[in-house]
Amino acid sequence: MLENLAARTNGDANLVRRGKHLNTSFLIAIDNADHIVRIEHGRIASVTPGPFITPNYAFALRASRDAWEKLWSAAPIPGYTDIFALVKKKLLRIEGDLHPFMSNLLYFKGLIAAAGQSRKEAA
Amino acid sequence: MSPRFEPAIGRYLHLDLLGKPHRLYVEEAGSGIPLLCLHTAGSDGRQYRGLLNDVRITKNYRVIVFDMPWHGKSSPPVGWENEEYRLTSRDYVRMILEVSAALQLDKPVVMGCSIGGRIVLHLAHEHPDKFRAIVGLESSPKVDPYYDVSWLHRPDVHGGEVSAGIVSGLVAPTAPDEGRWETLWHYMQSGPGVFKGDLHFYMIDGDISGKLDEIDTRRCPLYLLTGEYDYSCTTEGTLEVARRTGAQAMIMKDLGHFPMSENPEKFIGYLLPVLKEIRAGRQASAA
Repeated sequence: MLENLAARTNGDANLVRRGKHLNTSFLIAIDNADHIVRIEHGRIASVTPGPFITPNYAFALRASRDAWEKLWSAAPIPGYTDIFALVKKKLLRIEGDLHPFMSNLLYFKGLIAAAGQSRKEAA
Repeated sequence: MSPRFEPAIGRYLHLDLLGKPHRLYVEEAGSGIPLLCLHTAGSDGRQYRGLLNDVRITKNYRVIVFDMPWHGKSSPPVGWENEEYRLTSRDYVRMILEVSAALQLDKPVVMGCSIGGRIVLHLAHEHPDKFRAIVGLESSPKVDPYYDVSWLHRPDVHGGEVSAGIVSGLVAPTAPDEGRWETLWHYMQSGPGVFKGDLHFYMIDGDISGKLDEIDTRRCPLYLLTGEYDYSCTTEGTLEVARRTGAQAMIMKDLGHFPMSENPEKFIGYLLPVLKEIRAGRQASAA
């Protein structure tokens, strides 16, 4: 589901500009499949699929495949259009050191939307 | 583009509010039945510019929008630097009544969105005879906290950016970019801690779920309009209010939590029949 995430994010000059002060690693879990995304100055430097022995990341976004698919649905589904909508439904969990996430929230919203966009292109 | 002025005028109103002198920014346009509009948490009256500029509304309604204290171009009270801003149900109700009295409004229609959509339920419960009709946008009886609001006011996170980030998903995904980003811009300009202070009412103090059954919509008609993509004030919450009060409820397609600013044209299409019905009710009662 994250195959084109880096290309989509790095190809969006506005998104990269919004995250230009950001350097962090975070984890996206789709069911039990972990991926660590490394961000350097707003660009995605790597997306590394797990499993990991000693994963090193600031925060994690964990949800089921079904929840991610609803979030990234080509036709938006009321109640499933944002990561906080999923948090409110207890379908997505944000955990760890949230400071990089909350202090760059619009950037991460854009990055997550880019992941959905890549899914649409693959469809 | 030819230069032009909009018909709305903006003025500063000096009044005593909640026992203190205040200076509030008030915009208005049109003539007829007063329509007092209440903005959302952490934003300001600019959200209603679509209504202020729509002659289909202003030919029959005097649209009045004020920035709450601490918001927009209204000042916080003198001494604000020594207190933490926290909105309560009691103060919010009083503020609306005192502003309405200061403007000498004769049984206005009051319409509020989000926190405004909640406080109008309190008005319907406590003061139905003071209003001609009540319109709740994105009204729900309560919203339990679903994120840690302390992120909204701390020195190492930009308050405007994080507030806009929090609410960005509440705009309908189908909204035009212009409306979406203008709505977010208002949030980016909010004063430090103001959005968080409003959410004290929204998520803690303003729960009206225990009093809904006491609202008598025969004393004051209550209309509810909620966007289908609002996951904060949910459509289920609005329909619960309607079921327990007898209010008329409409779920608005392709709209989210900020109907009047994210997509004014779409929203006004839903609002016009409500305003027409309110006006017809007034004419019927006058006959």
